[in-house]
Amino acid sequence: MTRALAFLLPLVLALSALSLSLGPADVSLPESLRALLLGGDGPLPLVMREIRLPRVLLALMIGGTLGLAGAAMQGYLRNPLAEPGLLGVSASAALGAVLAIQTGVSAAFALALPLSALAGAVVAVLILIVLAGPRAETLTLILAGVALSAVAGALTQLVLNLSPNPFAASEIVFWMMGSLADRSMLHVWLALPFMAVGVLLLAGVGRGLDALTLGEDAASSMGIDLARLRLRVVLGTACVVGAGTAVAGAIGFVGLVVPHLLRGVVGGRPGPLLWVSAAGGAAMLLAADIAVRLVAPDRDLKLGVLTALVGAPFFLHLVWRSRGERA
Amino acid sequence: MSLLSLENLSVTLRGRKVFSDISLTIGPREVVGLIGPNGAGKTSLMRAALGLIPSGGRSSLAGLTPQQRAKAVAWMPQAREIAWPVKVEDLVSLGRLPHGDHAQAPVEAAIAKMGLEGLRKRRSTNLSGGEQARALLARALAQETPLLMADEPTAGLDPAHQIATMEVFGTLAAEGHGVLLSLHDIGLAARHCTRLVLLAEGRLLADGAPEAVLTDELLARGFGITAYHAQTPDGPVFQPMHRAR
Amino acid sequence: MLRRALIGLLLAAAPAAAQDAPARVVSMNLCTDQLAMLLAAPGQLVSVSTLARDPMSSAMAREALAYPVNHGQAEEVWLMQPELVVVGAFTAQAAAQMLERLGTPVLRLEPAYGLADVPARLRTLGAAMGRQARAEALIADFETRLTALREELLRRPSAALYYANGYTTGDQTLAGEILLAAGFDNIAGDRGGGQLPLEALAMAEPEALITARPYPGASRSEEILMHPVVRRLRAAHAASATTGSDWICGTPHVLGAIDQLAAFRRELETETE
Repeated sequence: MTRALAFLLPLVLALSALSLSLGPADVSLPESLRALLLGGDGPLPLVMREIRLPRVLLALMIGGTLGLAGAAMQGYLRNPLAEPGLLGVSASAALGAVLAIQTGVSAAFALALPLSALAGAVVAVLILIVLAGPRAETLTLILAGVALSAVAGALTQLVLNLSPNPFAASEIVFWMMGSLADRSMLHVWLALPFMAVGVLLLAGVGRGLDALTLGEDAASSMGIDLARLRLRVVLGTACVVGAGTAVAGAIGFVGLVVPHLLRGVVGGRPGPLLWVSAAGGAAMLLAADIAVRLVAPDRDLKLGVLTALVGAPFFLHLVWRSRGERA
Repeated sequence: MSLLSLENLSVTLRGRKVFSDISLTIGPREVVGLIGPNGAGKTSLMRAALGLIPSGGRSSLAGLTPQQRAKAVAWMPQAREIAWPVKVEDLVSLGRLPHGDHAQAPVEAAIAKMGLEGLRKRRSTNLSGGEQARALLARALAQETPLLMADEPTAGLDPAHQIATMEVFGTLAAEGHGVLLSLHDIGLAARHCTRLVLLAEGRLLADGAPEAVLTDELLARGFGITAYHAQTPDGPVFQPMHRAR
Repeated sequence: MLRRALIGLLLAAAPAAAQDAPARVVSMNLCTDQLAMLLAAPGQLVSVSTLARDPMSSAMAREALAYPVNHGQAEEVWLMQPELVVVGAFTAQAAAQMLERLGTPVLRLEPAYGLADVPARLRTLGAAMGRQARAEALIADFETRLTALREELLRRPSAALYYANGYTTGDQTLAGEILLAAGFDNIAGDRGGGQLPLEALAMAEPEALITARPYPGASRSEEILMHPVVRRLRAAHAASATTGSDWICGTPHVLGAIDQLAAFRRELETETE
């Protein structure tokens, strides 16, 4: 694990610096870093502190927590296909966020936005865990995910279409695909406390997930409190996915691809995978966010487009493999 | 000193009474075989004893905190579940989880006892069924508990692996541990257990030395079979022959 | 050039020219609604679109209250027995095609891409409605007032038009020409519409920021207008203007927009002195 982190953390750092140096305003990296850290005259400090910094911070936070939540859900359900985006958790969080915005609650009380998204995510995770049962069959999981995504997506669309605001109807793309463009520090502060709570909750599940490798009965006989473990996974995942989705929309596949790629590095153990996945998720989302700006600099290309292009083949590969296992 | 004592234990699952009023004590140096027909409640009895399912009566283990219990008994469920491709040595190390240490000695001892030295770096999901069973048993050994409980530990194993597995339990008992196993193979039970418990008709039909439990009458009552039996220098031999009329 | 040719084509396609004026005209588009209301003889205009009554979008919302509204559906419009239906070039196309199949003459009017299109559209629709004289009177009035509004300026302050989703419009748009006519320089420059990255806006530091008034009901798209960078740009200068219903359609009402914006510019100049 330490070896994997020794590689991933410098990568994350390098990608953060690259992301900070990227933007329509053509300035060198040292110059932009100076403006970021020391301030100064002119518009550059504003650009660095209010536009680029929140973008990088959100990519780090959201990517990291998506990787973490993906690893936690997979470990808990003992299924490599479990992923918040695919299973409709993010879509349900988006529905919660849209409801908060459209009812005007979030305008009156800013925290209502992440709270409402969190509530959407909790409902989705609970439905999934109940449906999946003690031994999460791939088919059951995916079908439950399809149903949840469809319902959440349809309701989100309904709410946006009923809005008196002419722009609302076109926002379904943002909520379904996610974007980090033009976010501000306000969004960072809005998401941070919930992500911190979520990370704290998920930080304690490593031992339990390791034990769950042997199944629920064996884990329970090794002193793992399964009810508490489940509560931590549900609330932790909902906290981070809810907060992330509330400010950046539903970004899929990060929680699927990253744990899958890094599982071998930690010898398959779900506990150490949590932290390695967090670092990998941050790297993946930073890279995706850099890519959307390089591929289409003057269009707001959605992050989810890129993560899906990378992630969907992995998903198909995993489905193919789980099909082979059953046959 | 008893490692497990059950008093008037009873289990009801989905409204159906599985068994009732079972009292049983297991001490060190015993290999107790739990036998009985399908559906007699062998698995339920062990899970209730562990406190994994609700039950009436009393089990000395169910009263412990989960952490205390994990140091008192190691449990091997029948399903040999290995969810992730962890290395064999990492799998065995999971046995140290209840102790919260990373002690290498018990892990190495368990690996050696189960003859897994050559497999320690292999992915456990790539092993054969017999190898997986050995790795999982090694995990339970690494837990270093006075009592070991295993549900059908020999199911799906070839005869050599069955014998090897039963011999490990014998060794454990000789070292002072107590062992409680559920078994379907009466021959294996007669040959390797120091004591048998026959569970049938929702209660404990018999409890005693193998020859005392595997009588013609009890076999007919409990399993509905007749068996051939003989005494050899290596111990008693039982072979089920016919269904009882 | 192409646009002129297209208008010619549309004119040619318009129902058998001006000799007999259509007695019942239905308009199905916000902009044609307003042009038709300006041009129509009493009783000639039967219905306007429902948007015409929305004060957020329509410069003639009060006038529109006098007309029954339609919702852009072929069936309701057909039942009004129109002799001429006016639609926009890009909206309600399915309904327009349906009405044509049923034998109703349909005029498709292009939107105005600049101030010069205002007289052109008045002329086209005036001809189709048999109201050439009224059209020429409106055009003459429009051109006199526009000339009066254009001033000789020593300095043109920079400005940016900034809408929901970070959208802006350059010089080659109606809004862009309104901005120019009011004496501003558009930082988006000589182009049509498109996204203006927030960062580019911040770096350009325009002296005036002209945004749209937010619509009722919240939306994420308009959130960008509350971004700290936008807020700071607004705070740095005395005031920022908002675009309104006068800006949307190429009607003589754009003169009101130019007038207001020019007043805003003069205010800005006195404060920076």
